[in-house]
Amino acid sequence: MKNLGNLNVYAVRLLPKTEAIAPGHRACQGCAEVLAVRLVGKALGRDTVVACATGCMEIISSPLPTTSWRVPWIHVAFENAAAVASGVEAGLKVLMRKGRIPKKKINVLAMGGDGGTSDIGLQALSGALERGHNFLYVCYDNEAYMNTGIQRSSSTPFGAATTTSPAGKVKPGQVTWKKNMPEIAVAHNIPYVATACPSYPFDLMEKVKKAAKVDGPAYVHVLSVCPTGWRLPPDLSIRAGRLAVETGIFPLYEVEEGRYKLSVEVPKLRPVEDYLKIQGRFRHLTPDLIEKIQERVTKDYNKLLAKVRFSEEMS
Amino acid sequence: MPKRVGMEVSIGASEAVRLANVDAIAAYPITPQTHIVEHLSEFVANGELDAEFIPVESEHSAMSVCCGTSAAGARTFTCTSSQGLALMTEIVFIASAMQLPIVMILANRSLSGPLSIWNDHTDVMLVRDCGWIQAFGENGQEIFDLTLAAFKIAEDHRVVLPFMVNMDGFILSHVIEPIEILDQETVDKFLPPFKPVYRLDPDNPVTMGAFAMPDLYTETKKYQDERLKASLPVIEEIWKEYGDLTGRYYHPVETYKAEGAKTLFITMGSFGETASTAVDTMREEGEAVGLCKIRLWRPFPYEAFWNAMKGVENLIVIDRATSYGGPGGPVASEIRSALYTMENPPKVVDFIAGLAGRDVAPGDYKAMYKRAQERIASGDIAGYEIYGVRE
Ligand SMILES: Cc1ncc(C[n+]2csc(CCOP(=O)(O)OP(=O)(O)O)c2C)c(N)n1
Ligand code: SF4
Ligand SMILES: [Mg+2]
Repeated sequence: MKNLGNLNVYAVRLLPKTEAIAPGHRACQGCAEVLAVRLVGKALGRDTVVACATGCMEIISSPLPTTSWRVPWIHVAFENAAAVASGVEAGLKVLMRKGRIPKKKINVLAMGGDGGTSDIGLQALSGALERGHNFLYVCYDNEAYMNTGIQRSSSTPFGAATTTSPAGKVKPGQVTWKKNMPEIAVAHNIPYVATACPSYPFDLMEKVKKAAKVDGPAYVHVLSVCPTGWRLPPDLSIRAGRLAVETGIFPLYEVEEGRYKLSVEVPKLRPVEDYLKIQGRFRHLTPDLIEKIQERVTKDYNKLLAKVRFSEEMS
Repeated sequence: MPKRVGMEVSIGASEAVRLANVDAIAAYPITPQTHIVEHLSEFVANGELDAEFIPVESEHSAMSVCCGTSAAGARTFTCTSSQGLALMTEIVFIASAMQLPIVMILANRSLSGPLSIWNDHTDVMLVRDCGWIQAFGENGQEIFDLTLAAFKIAEDHRVVLPFMVNMDGFILSHVIEPIEILDQETVDKFLPPFKPVYRLDPDNPVTMGAFAMPDLYTETKKYQDERLKASLPVIEEIWKEYGDLTGRYYHPVETYKAEGAKTLFITMGSFGETASTAVDTMREEGEAVGLCKIRLWRPFPYEAFWNAMKGVENLIVIDRATSYGGPGGPVASEIRSALYTMENPPKVVDFIAGLAGRDVAPGDYKAMYKRAQERIASGDIAGYEIYGVRE
């Protein structure tokens, strides 16, 4: 695999020591979402302000009177992290312009779950991307509303059983296909969009750094394995993330100024079954449903490859 | 010297915001608030006001952006009406809990449905318990003055709470009135730049908006309640300071021809002007009637209210919103409750009037007065009556 080469460049001991989120938070064992949050924090460093949506990451990190946050952090509500971050960005900008606070580069990070991003927060996010605020939005996609007890979202994949898309006698769990949130971000013509996964930590951090550097909005969509909601042993979280990439279910790519680029090339995709079979949420799937998913994944992956090729030809 | 110029009240309100030198404005257009945002965006576009104008995609985002700008340490203004307020309500409650001193002008308009763009107080009553300071202006000058003073009150370190200035839609927002606009120098002396207690600063990280478990939630609410109540003397102090500066003094409760009055009308907002005209005529006709205007709705000014009630036998409350199936309109219900501990409290007759722009002329006050006398005489004063319904 191509990106494993990065390991030579980024030995683990070279990782920044600064943490935005302190240990002692209340995330479940094996939570890859909080791991992703930690990596994003490391990539951004201390000169960062976080606007966080309601959801698992808010609840595990901020019970009064304690906090896990070592950077300034604000939570207002579920659907408005992008709007709050817009305000923080605009506020810091005007105060620096008027000389009321020292001028320096401060990263403004908005973060939300898949529900807070692709469902209830989509409008606020679209508005913030369209207005062109200089901020980074990270969606931590664990493919359901985990904080409220594993209800389906528009980001829940086809076939997954959740508490509101249960696998029953006539329904195979979620009956809709996962909303393509990164594409929606791309459609806003923002300078930087990427997908990432904490199973590929260096790739994730590199992307977050890049995203923070661009002038204007950036969007990073992070597949965040949730052992609790996916019915998966916690020690398989990292493995599941890698399988999502290796099966082509969650390809890692970047879209810089509209140009697509694969970050991890998988010469031969593994069958989706390798990914599905280790998760309890897909336990009920029959061979024909698995085949249906395989077809869709192959088709979507090829579509992405076509965009990558087109981008290469255009440049 | 400050000058008195004829201008639309919305322009006067925008001038107050410009003179306050706000840092950030986030708003979404809705009738009858639109003229204010339009003027403010012009100021920003012409460089007459150095502020970030954030043209959000909804009122929910307007209030959310305001939370962000205010938490960053920027003086923040927004304005809305009716459906806009309803849409942002979730965040309106959070802004006060987070002690973000945002100033909002609410151009009062009725809530749908049926859809109506006209004026009443159903929008503000929706957020009665939102924890903001809520005041009502009666004319253009008052809106200008209350808005300027609102920033100083909201940002005062003894307060640090958001402030809502209620301005009746159309009746005030769209009329031209003589307004005295202060000069920048005077305003700057009165209103120094915003100095937040806490702000989102990487050099001094704070966590804002943490969640509370049952063991702490009640304490946070008690604190919030005490905070709002404790703002009352500060409001009075700053209004006094503003009065010394301009000669225009404001009080939480104001009366008109209340001396010797047996019956008082109770109004909020622009209805006070018509009501005083009605009182004038009725006084000439020998009726012992006066007017009590509640300027400050939250925190409710009990002492001032009780003082105004001394010796009064009857109250006629003009409610401009309905609490369907409830014991009274929102204002009358509160007033009855405030009177409960008073010895020999006045009797309260509640009329719901002036919904969605329905005109309430001086003659209507007379008619309500007459009707109230009948009801009092027959002992039928419970509940409320929707006044002026067409048969
Ligand atoms: C307006 C509103 N609706 C519903 C909720 C309840 N709620 C809180 S968090 C949440 C789900 C969060 O899901 P997601 O954004 O995917 O984040 P996760 O917890 O999965 O990380 C829901 C439904 C809320 N807080 N506010
Ligand atoms: S429910 Fe899932 S996302 Fe939430 S803390 Fe637990 S493992 Fe993490
Ligand atoms: Mg989720």
